[in-house]
Amino acid sequence: MTTTTLSFIRKEMTPPQPAPSSEVGVWHWVRTKLFPTPKDTVLTVLAIAFLAYILPPLIDWLFIHAAWTGTSRVACLTVAQGGALPNDQSGACWPFISAKFNQIIFGRYPLEERWRPILVMVMFVLLLIPMLMPKAPLKGWNAITLFLILPFVSFFLLLGGRFGLAPVETQLWGGLMVTLILSFFGITVSLPVGIVLALGRRSNLPVIKMLCVVFIEVIRGIPLITVLFMASIMLPLFMPDGWTFDKFLRALVGVSLFASAYMAEVIRGGLQAIPKGQFEGADSLGLGYWQKIRLVIMPQALKLVIPGIVNTFIGLFKDTSLVSIIGMFDLLGIVTLNQADANWATPVTPVTGYVFAGFVFWLFCFGMSRYSLFMERHLDTGHKK
Amino acid sequence: MAGNALSSEKSGTKSVSSLIYDPQARGIFYQILTVAIIGLLVWIFTNNTIHNLQKANIASGFDFLKGRAGFDIGQSLIAYTSDATYGRALLVGFLNTLQVAILGIITASIIGFAIGIARLSSNWLIAKIAQVYVEIFRNIPPLLVIFFWYKGVISILPQARSSIALPFGSYLNNRGFFFPKFIWGDNAWLLLAALAVAISASVFIVRWARARQMATGQQFRSGWTSFALIIALPLLTFFVLGSPLTFEFPVAGKFNLTGGSVLGPEFISLYLALSFYTAAFIAEIVRGGIRAVSKGQTEAANALGLRPSVTTRLIIVPQALRIIIPPLTSQYLNLTKNSSLAVAVGFSDLVGVGNTVLNQSGQAIEIVAIWLTVYLSLSLTTALVMNWFNAKMALVER
Repeated sequence: MTTTTLSFIRKEMTPPQPAPSSEVGVWHWVRTKLFPTPKDTVLTVLAIAFLAYILPPLIDWLFIHAAWTGTSRVACLTVAQGGALPNDQSGACWPFISAKFNQIIFGRYPLEERWRPILVMVMFVLLLIPMLMPKAPLKGWNAITLFLILPFVSFFLLLGGRFGLAPVETQLWGGLMVTLILSFFGITVSLPVGIVLALGRRSNLPVIKMLCVVFIEVIRGIPLITVLFMASIMLPLFMPDGWTFDKFLRALVGVSLFASAYMAEVIRGGLQAIPKGQFEGADSLGLGYWQKIRLVIMPQALKLVIPGIVNTFIGLFKDTSLVSIIGMFDLLGIVTLNQADANWATPVTPVTGYVFAGFVFWLFCFGMSRYSLFMERHLDTGHKK
Repeated sequence: MAGNALSSEKSGTKSVSSLIYDPQARGIFYQILTVAIIGLLVWIFTNNTIHNLQKANIASGFDFLKGRAGFDIGQSLIAYTSDATYGRALLVGFLNTLQVAILGIITASIIGFAIGIARLSSNWLIAKIAQVYVEIFRNIPPLLVIFFWYKGVISILPQARSSIALPFGSYLNNRGFFFPKFIWGDNAWLLLAALAVAISASVFIVRWARARQMATGQQFRSGWTSFALIIALPLLTFFVLGSPLTFEFPVAGKFNLTGGSVLGPEFISLYLALSFYTAAFIAEIVRGGIRAVSKGQTEAANALGLRPSVTTRLIIVPQALRIIIPPLTSQYLNLTKNSSLAVAVGFSDLVGVGNTVLNQSGQAIEIVAIWLTVYLSLSLTTALVMNWFNAKMALVER
């Protein structure tokens, strides 16, 4: 008997057929995402009508009818208002921004000394970029330089008065520079203070626990502006004769205290999410309290609450705009201040200024939130379901 | 010390080293140290403050509240003149804070829920528009939004002479929003009474309908009945009494509109800014809450044959609310606290009035104490009410 191999099982795959034309392509997407049901069709039509109503005037105002060049308010006024533009063409006044750009960045920092904030900014960016890249080496040294050495160096550089540098009073600081200094300082202080407060709130020692609870709840219960008023009114009262507190320093203290309380609550959330076994495991290994916190608990807790921490940072960054109420000229304050300039007084100047300031704030906050999403994915060790 | 006694009982020795390594003794030592440091700081600060106040000739205490205020307040819910006391001025400020906070919370909730649901829409365009809204407003400071409305939009509206006419005899110009004023007639309180009766009757109907459905399975359209009752009863009273409520319409004068009620530009910009800003956060909370209800719940409801509207009302919303309420509470508190930004545009809220009083009288500590008390009690009250609501909504395991 001869054995014949009968191969009735197909050895190679048939190539897949292309999907029917109704299931692919732009048309399919439009049909399923925009017009799947009559209700959706109505909604889509309404949405398109809304966009058609909003977008053209907006684009028109921002770009097409906007004034782009000029040296004074004349460039942004219509003929009827005594300017150069045709009567029906009123748009954003961008020359106002370009004329005031340096002030918006540096405030009233003296012109011949502006290399100092620029130098600080360059050092900051050079240190921050490797800090933000997960793969960059020497993280420890990088962090020490960024968070401990840089603040001191920039303090002496910006304030001057030593090492042959001309003194520049903080009253002359302003613009984006102040916003960034306040928020960077707030972030640097609020994270460690927040960790200590959160640990204190979960401590077994009743006195320390109570102090932390009272501090956190009081600060979280009141608006930032009252904290800033307190810092600017009460701090001088607390000090002995002859001691004066710089206004900038008072704002720094107020903002940092405020952010610390919020940070403490975020971190407490992370601490509560750590299973008890982790604490007990660390104890049974013979680790001391601080070793346990530093090596076992904090790395896990902080990773859990990265979104919350970044949200607090974003909130802090936005909140620094409140210092304009207590008479400092941060990004928002300097934009408001410059609108009073008679050379640029037009009906569109305030909106232009606020649109620009809003865009800068938005850029920073949006950047932070995107970076936090990236870090979350990067640090995700896959324990989640 | 207790720690010492305890450890010596155990080990029988009283050496110093055993005390150092006793966690209880160390805990007590740390706490005493903390109390000592804080006590010292408080003592130094108090001394300095007393000295500084004496130097500035400021008498501490709340007697200044009886003094004459001497400044005007643009918008006030109760009668106020510049001859009134500081205390009354602060009360006006407090009521203004409450007014803007409550109105803002209502509007922000409506916009926020709408945007949050829109973000979950299967319609791509609607979802994207909602997303753009959220991403814009979450990432700019609320103060900037307030300034934008105040200096960018309302101040460049037409002047009073060429006001924009709106429906119901109201006008909009750069001095604010003018609308008809209610004039309460003699029997107008009956309208409110009718409304109260209607509301309590509908509560009763809803309870009765639920009890009957539990007992017999028969359904009753309690929702529609109460809705009709709440609308119809006050309307009926209105006509029976021969319209006790009249309106005083704003009239265009030579330079300004006279008559009617007015909401100043400060109030409008603060109110709109707070509503739009907070709505973005509420939208995210609502979206998160609805998405957290597991898909199995919807599928189970579909399998039971419930219609989509019933599924949403009876299955999704009650479970989503449980997740939504705690963060929603903190957003309401944030809105209330952000209303203090009023001081930037000169709206007389508690902080604004307090700041004026402080600058006039120099009573820094008392004013700060009033701020702290009021805002902390507002926070605590909201937290208590929302916790009660939260407990009512919480999962009851049987």
